[in-house]
Amino acid sequence: MLVHLPILQVIVPLIAAPACLILRRPKLVWLFALFASSLAFIISILLLQQVMTAGTISYELGGWSPPWGIEYRIDKLNAFIALIISGISTVVLLAAQTSIEKEIPKDKQPLFYILYLLSLSGMLGIVTTGDAFNVFVFLEISSLSAYSLIALGKDRRALWASFQYLIMGTIGATFILIGIGLMYQMTGTLNMADLAVRLPEVAETRTITTAYVFFIVGVCLKLALFPLHFWLPNAYAYAPSIVTAFFAATSTKVAAYLLIRFTFSIFGISFSFTTLPIETMFLVMGLLGIFIASTVAIYQDNIKHVFAYSSVAQVGYMIVGFSLSTPAGLTAMLLHMFNHALMKGALFMALVAIMYRVGSSKINDLQGLGRQMPLTVAAIVVGGLSLIGVPLTVGFVSKWYLVVAAIEKGWWWLAGLVLLGSLLAVIYVWRIVETAYFKAPILGQQPVKEAPMAILVPVWLLVSANVYFGIDTRFSVEIAASAAKSLFGVAQ
Amino acid sequence: MVGIALAVNQIKDMFAVVMLAGIYGLVSASFFVAMDAVDVAFTEASVGAGISTLLMLTTVAMTGRTEHEASHKPLLALILVAITGGLLIYGTFDMPYFGSADAAVHNHVAPRYIYDSMKEIGVPNMVTSVLASYRGFDTFGEVTVIFTAGIGVLALLSVAQRPKDDAAIEAINDSMHEKHLILRVAIKTMIPFILLYAFYVQFHGDYGPGGGFQAGVIFAAAIIMYAMLFGLSAARRVITQPFVQLLSALGVLLYGSVGVVSMINGGSFLDYSVLAADPIAGQHLGILIIELGVGLTVASVMIIIFFSFSARREYQQANKGASL
Repeated sequence: MLVHLPILQVIVPLIAAPACLILRRPKLVWLFALFASSLAFIISILLLQQVMTAGTISYELGGWSPPWGIEYRIDKLNAFIALIISGISTVVLLAAQTSIEKEIPKDKQPLFYILYLLSLSGMLGIVTTGDAFNVFVFLEISSLSAYSLIALGKDRRALWASFQYLIMGTIGATFILIGIGLMYQMTGTLNMADLAVRLPEVAETRTITTAYVFFIVGVCLKLALFPLHFWLPNAYAYAPSIVTAFFAATSTKVAAYLLIRFTFSIFGISFSFTTLPIETMFLVMGLLGIFIASTVAIYQDNIKHVFAYSSVAQVGYMIVGFSLSTPAGLTAMLLHMFNHALMKGALFMALVAIMYRVGSSKINDLQGLGRQMPLTVAAIVVGGLSLIGVPLTVGFVSKWYLVVAAIEKGWWWLAGLVLLGSLLAVIYVWRIVETAYFKAPILGQQPVKEAPMAILVPVWLLVSANVYFGIDTRFSVEIAASAAKSLFGVAQ
Repeated sequence: MVGIALAVNQIKDMFAVVMLAGIYGLVSASFFVAMDAVDVAFTEASVGAGISTLLMLTTVAMTGRTEHEASHKPLLALILVAITGGLLIYGTFDMPYFGSADAAVHNHVAPRYIYDSMKEIGVPNMVTSVLASYRGFDTFGEVTVIFTAGIGVLALLSVAQRPKDDAAIEAINDSMHEKHLILRVAIKTMIPFILLYAFYVQFHGDYGPGGGFQAGVIFAAAIIMYAMLFGLSAARRVITQPFVQLLSALGVLLYGSVGVVSMINGGSFLDYSVLAADPIAGQHLGILIIELGVGLTVASVMIIIFFSFSARREYQQANKGASL
């Protein structure tokens, strides 16, 4: 079975999804979905081990050799991202049954799990495939399920948020498809490795430049890179809490992966970074994103909005790392993708607990919550510290590598700006902490109990991961660095 | 086609817009035929001109016929669209000429599909070979996309409780039926032939244009027309909601299990050659089963979408009747 691991990674959740429809009973479906997701997680661990020791794995679907058939190609980069996605998905699912009982009507709960699994397999499919068109197919699976999951939110504004996301997401997907179509027209192939070989011959044509532009704009829409982020805050704020926790930690990572994959492995560094002024553009967008989105986050009165805008800012940090176009910069970006998944996973899971007990995520409704739900609020504090980048948390590790990469390039001013951005995070995190600990509970409001174990356990799993990987950085740094080096073609 | 697109943009009557969209589908289908892409044309005709018109009509029935006046100035959007369009045209400057023999598309991957697919797969329609075998995993993905759409619609639109006042609905249905006597008789005679044609398309996909996608859509269209003219409850008596849901899941599972069986038989996922002793027979068998899976899922998802839409409408109307 070991040779089939690459495909099993995707089809286990994919086939589990329709099977859920047959099980029907919500609790049973939940257990089954949890089982499928854990299986995918285990597979991703095994795959990462194989890739780290034995190198890239190629799997020929249907027994047809590429470029005629579709190839799955696992290297360090996508094994790493698949690990993040399936890991977060599994931890988040632990709390799903408890949380959605309050947010989604009973008859729709099985459908929720089906969509969740489809979304998971869509993301894993985008990441593991070695075929450009196959990316698009799985992009459709993950986006369609994402729109429906977001629209399931209890708040009626969820429908509008989902519709906005649908429009923006569809434009993004269409742009990506146009890009892939033009590439196919000029090279006659859809296989990524084959594209990388055949593209340089036609790289000087206007068609390929157009293809690249369309592809990048499409991906940036999905990535919610400033100023294409307008769909994100409302989508995160009004979706069911558990969905937000899953997407905030994973979905932008998938888009970031596509950006890296197409820029480095397909178009190649020399094309991507010389033909167009893409470095400068990304640097400016990234920095603007960090400062504007962080500032907006300070003025929000819904915590979900605060963290959603903070996500836009964090995408900015990733893109700044990307725009350095050095192995160190890319390492910082990959590290931040891993670390940001842990931070936002932990924070939004804590919000799942708050939504479960308080039923609202307005900052003002948090008054005095520090005493009533000590463990949950403590989780927000640790997650917030990590978001700021305090030592001993993963946030510090990302910022450290980003600053070092900037200095290595001689851009001292950039290092300064990155640190300045963290100060903004201090402000918006502090507002939440202050309300929860130092304001007296609103008079007449019923005191609430601590969240149930089913939610607390996954919350603290993620929180301790924030601390553990903040202290012991061997695992994440080693993989990120060696993936970045191999993308730059540097001998290790 | 440009004319129709402009008209769609200008006309405020939604019913006319839907009809024009259907015509647009038909015209683009003929355009594809002119380009010698019959399989694509067939899909466009059955999906673009057929089922999506039906579904849009159902939506119009729910939302009302006229468009609201737009309140914002679409200037920025116009500039963006102009830039996008300009870029697309810019991109065409270095494209190979249409039909040029040395275009990359014709010289790299395609020759093997054209010259060897008969030998390797044994299916005369090479589009089916590419779709179902060489790139069978993409098709699996597409079926999942359709399944996802069905589940999404169910999750958002399904009405939990049946409307209380069944009599009111019956009354609405009856009043509609008397008006459409001729249509009802005509449709009743046509339905068996449409269903039969769907099966022909389903199983003839190996030899001519067609296959699971088109067949599923045609099959669903017959059921939907029945439901439109004879009322939802009559159609529900033939096909219940849980049953279609089960079928839609079964289609995906059928497709997936072909892949799993080929893995167990020692091949890789969706490698049909290992399904039978003779690789060609295995390919035939595999394609037959997965096309069946595709057809099942497509047909049942289309029916699910229609049922959810019109159940919602029924619910709306029943409530309206109650409040009057």
